[in-house]
Amino acid sequence: MNHIDLPSLAPLLPEIILALFAIVLLMAGAFSDEEATPTISIMAIVGIIGAIVAICLTTPGQTTFDGAYIVDGFARYLKILALIGAAISILMTIGFARHQAFGRFEYPVLILLSAVGMMLMISANDMIGVYLGLELQSLAIYCAVAINRDSTRSTEAGLKYFVLGALSSGMLLYGITLIYGFTGATIFPDIARVLSDGDASLGVIFGLVFVMAGLAFKVSAVPFHMWTPDVYEGAPSPVTAFLAAAPKVAAMALFTRVVFSAFEPISTDWQQIVIFLSIMSMVLGAFAAIGQTNIKRLMAYSSIGHMGYALVGLAAGSPEGVTGVVVYMTIYMITTLGTFACILGMRRADEGMVEDISDLAGLVRTKPWMAAAFTLLLFSLAGIPPLVGFFAKFYVFLAAVKADLIPLAIIGVLSSAVSAFYYLRVIKIMMFDDPRDRFEPMAGELRTVLAVAGAFSLLFFLVWTPILSAATAAAQSFF
Amino acid sequence: MTIASLFFYLFAVVLLASALMVISSRNPVHSVLFLILAFLNGAGIFMLTGAEFLALILIVVYVGAVLVLFLFVVMMLDVDFAQLRQGFMQYLPVGALVGIVLLVELILVLGAYTLAPAVAEHVVVPIPPPSEVSNTEALGLVLYTRYAFYFQVCGLILLVAMVGAIVLTLRHQANAKRQNVAAQVNRSVEDSVEVRDVASGRGLQL
Repeated sequence: MNHIDLPSLAPLLPEIILALFAIVLLMAGAFSDEEATPTISIMAIVGIIGAIVAICLTTPGQTTFDGAYIVDGFARYLKILALIGAAISILMTIGFARHQAFGRFEYPVLILLSAVGMMLMISANDMIGVYLGLELQSLAIYCAVAINRDSTRSTEAGLKYFVLGALSSGMLLYGITLIYGFTGATIFPDIARVLSDGDASLGVIFGLVFVMAGLAFKVSAVPFHMWTPDVYEGAPSPVTAFLAAAPKVAAMALFTRVVFSAFEPISTDWQQIVIFLSIMSMVLGAFAAIGQTNIKRLMAYSSIGHMGYALVGLAAGSPEGVTGVVVYMTIYMITTLGTFACILGMRRADEGMVEDISDLAGLVRTKPWMAAAFTLLLFSLAGIPPLVGFFAKFYVFLAAVKADLIPLAIIGVLSSAVSAFYYLRVIKIMMFDDPRDRFEPMAGELRTVLAVAGAFSLLFFLVWTPILSAATAAAQSFF
Repeated sequence: MTIASLFFYLFAVVLLASALMVISSRNPVHSVLFLILAFLNGAGIFMLTGAEFLALILIVVYVGAVLVLFLFVVMMLDVDFAQLRQGFMQYLPVGALVGIVLLVELILVLGAYTLAPAVAEHVVVPIPPPSEVSNTEALGLVLYTRYAFYFQVCGLILLVAMVGAIVLTLRHQANAKRQNVAAQVNRSVEDSVEVRDVASGRGLQL
């Protein structure tokens, strides 16, 4: 009988910590009443902080389970980013739960399990890991979207997301089987080695297209974006805030790793797909958002557009491009979380939560600080200098120009100008329209998130050097 | 060898016939029963090719669990299949046309298909040759070592599914009566039985 040693578990320490926290908190929640939910949320945040510490302690550049799981600089940076996003989303629900009957203890547990899935996606170096990580992450989110089960909108959004998500998983799996069949490998470096002569067989191209379709669904790139507005609108607002931030980071990281680790030798083949996805997303994100009246739907189209801009960096296929993607996702996540802190603060005493853009009318006169921070964030999302969003776009477009993708960069700049229109419209409504009734005071944690995000968009240059050097170091993992 | 091919044809014919019955029988319960027959014969074919683990898993999981669940669903939900089939003849010409076009395309594509020579080079043998270990043993050798991590992740996914099902459907009913074993055991004779003298013809005032 041959004896096989269990591979090293040390690189998995952050995931193990998070999974254990999720299981223990699940038991704690099941045996206590609803009063315990805020405590469980706080413990979940503690667990995420523990996982972040564990990530900082692991040494980069190791693989385990025969190369199926990789911890490199890229994985560490994006895991920390995604975990911060998850922690802030949980933090923002605590106040919301108090006045909106959102006291299910399962919610933070589902977010923790989803965070484990995101970490698996970011570290996956094997097609099986890609699929399992994606499923773990998405299944937890499907449940979270429908968690408000007495609301038709929430359950409809959950069902829609689930059905379309299952379809995209099917496409992804089909692509994976084709790639396995034609290359004989599921581990990324092995796939790259088989493809190293540069010409891929038709089967591999087919598989690549299917895999990219599945991944494009997860980052909500056009033409796989149909679920986004409905799910964003139907899901409870804190869930939308989570959905728009951390999973997007994880999915974009996975997208980057798949194309750069596994399909690097056939980069001309995937570049044209990425360019197509990117142009379509930017244009649709710019034009479809114009007619929206619901702020969450507006954010949905905005996030579709932003994924298009991030994909510009990927299309460049260069170290600068990957740096651009990493920087873009960092800035996108912080700005989006700040924006959702504002949206979660849109609550009136008589009407409850409101979501219409017209409800923001005259905000500058009723709540000047909230209006100021919101304006900063929207200007930043629009990419207007000297705010941080401009530099995010600047880096990806610069990478595209350097890679001789000048038409792509021009389309990007033009659609960014169009998208500025709808951000400015929201600002105009806040600044110049007649004021509506005052919103209820925001919870302390929302105010903190909003203040930090607003300050970041203005004073980013204080932390710019460390972010840029960390992103550059992360991008170097592939080259 | 002849016995093996005899069994192959037996299984294959029954499999195809029962698969045809699944889609053509009018009663949905019959469809499910024929599906069970189809799976059992499929398992037989797997067994003939030496994939005994897959064969047994097919029987245990699909026949033992999934199809029994199907049967429950078919019996509990009152689906009017006759109504679903309405308009079948109306859509038949277009459906048949699409089917024929697809078939012709498939024949054209697959007829010209040759396996790329590179594929044969890359085919890997992840497990020891079947002559050394049985495939159940070979799967066990990698499932709990090399793929132990993925095995655990599957466990987490199932945990999410369980949590999700409870979150989305379980409702605590306030007036539901539950059995409290401790309270039942702790009852004593004094507080549950009372002995009264009943005078004859008078009855008892409680």
